[in-house]
Amino acid sequence: MNRVTVDFERCKECEYCLNFCPKKTILKKSESVNKKGYYGVIAANLEDCIACGICATMCPEGAIKVEKNI
Amino acid sequence: MSIVYERPHVLTDEQFTFCGGCGHGIVNRLIAEIIEEEHLEEKAILIWPIGCSVYSDKYYKVDSICALHGRAPALGTGVKRALPDNMVLVYQGDGDMVSEGMAEIVHAAIRGEKFSVIFVNNAIYGMTGGQMAPTTLIGQKTTTSPYGRSEVNAGDPLPMAEFIANIAGCYYSERVTLTSPANVRKTKAAITKAIHNQMEGKGLSFVEVVSPCPTGWNMKPIKAMQWITDNMLDMYPLGVFKDLDKEENK
Repeated sequence: MNRVTVDFERCKECEYCLNFCPKKTILKKSESVNKKGYYGVIAANLEDCIACGICATMCPEGAIKVEKNI
Repeated sequence: MSIVYERPHVLTDEQFTFCGGCGHGIVNRLIAEIIEEEHLEEKAILIWPIGCSVYSDKYYKVDSICALHGRAPALGTGVKRALPDNMVLVYQGDGDMVSEGMAEIVHAAIRGEKFSVIFVNNAIYGMTGGQMAPTTLIGQKTTTSPYGRSEVNAGDPLPMAEFIANIAGCYYSERVTLTSPANVRKTKAAITKAIHNQMEGKGLSFVEVVSPCPTGWNMKPIKAMQWITDNMLDMYPLGVFKDLDKEENK
């Protein structure tokens, strides 16, 4: 399974990763806030992830790490 | 597991001080990626402006210096002439470059200084609270133009990439944007080319990045990206306006 790790404390809830993701279901907003008060993004459905890296390409905070299972 | 993407090691652990969805964050990340890929950690000198990106010197493990308001190209001139083998990257926003420091960038281009310039254009003064900038679109509402920018009072916005391309000392000028993953990759390619030009001793390379300011525009970040596509790209068309590499090959 491919892996997407989001640095929860860096996330500022811009939702670029959620909107530009070709699958739309890999990540989701958390129900709790981080230290800055944002509902940061967390991994949700990694089974469908194709490890394209588009979420990380669009992230303005450099908060996303994408790993591909080979 | 093979790593597809991770945070560039050139960046420190410091949190970016930009608002959520700000284009500065994406451009700052791209600069870090390029420095890492081109192995310029020891050679890069980043010149930061006054504006939202004023704290950017904290984000990188490379040499940085912050210029007076609008004077980043003047500082870049001195640094590049003193240390010609180093990679000097001048970073400016639209209020800093087009308003306060217009003379500096124009004269740097006239002299054909051999550094690279990244110009982040978000059509507004971001840090000071969303005032009208010289790049603000006609009819765009800001805190100092609550009824929209008027052509009669404030004139027309200035397309910098075309303007700088018309100056003889400019070697390369391109306008890019950040509205999609493909456009972000094109932005990275344009900045990489600007840095290659500099390392080969060619003249001034200028990259204008049309960037969202969700806070200044009072929009959700994803709507701000759409707003660029719908409104800004008519005034600021994307493309290469000057590339002497290609003209020499003709």
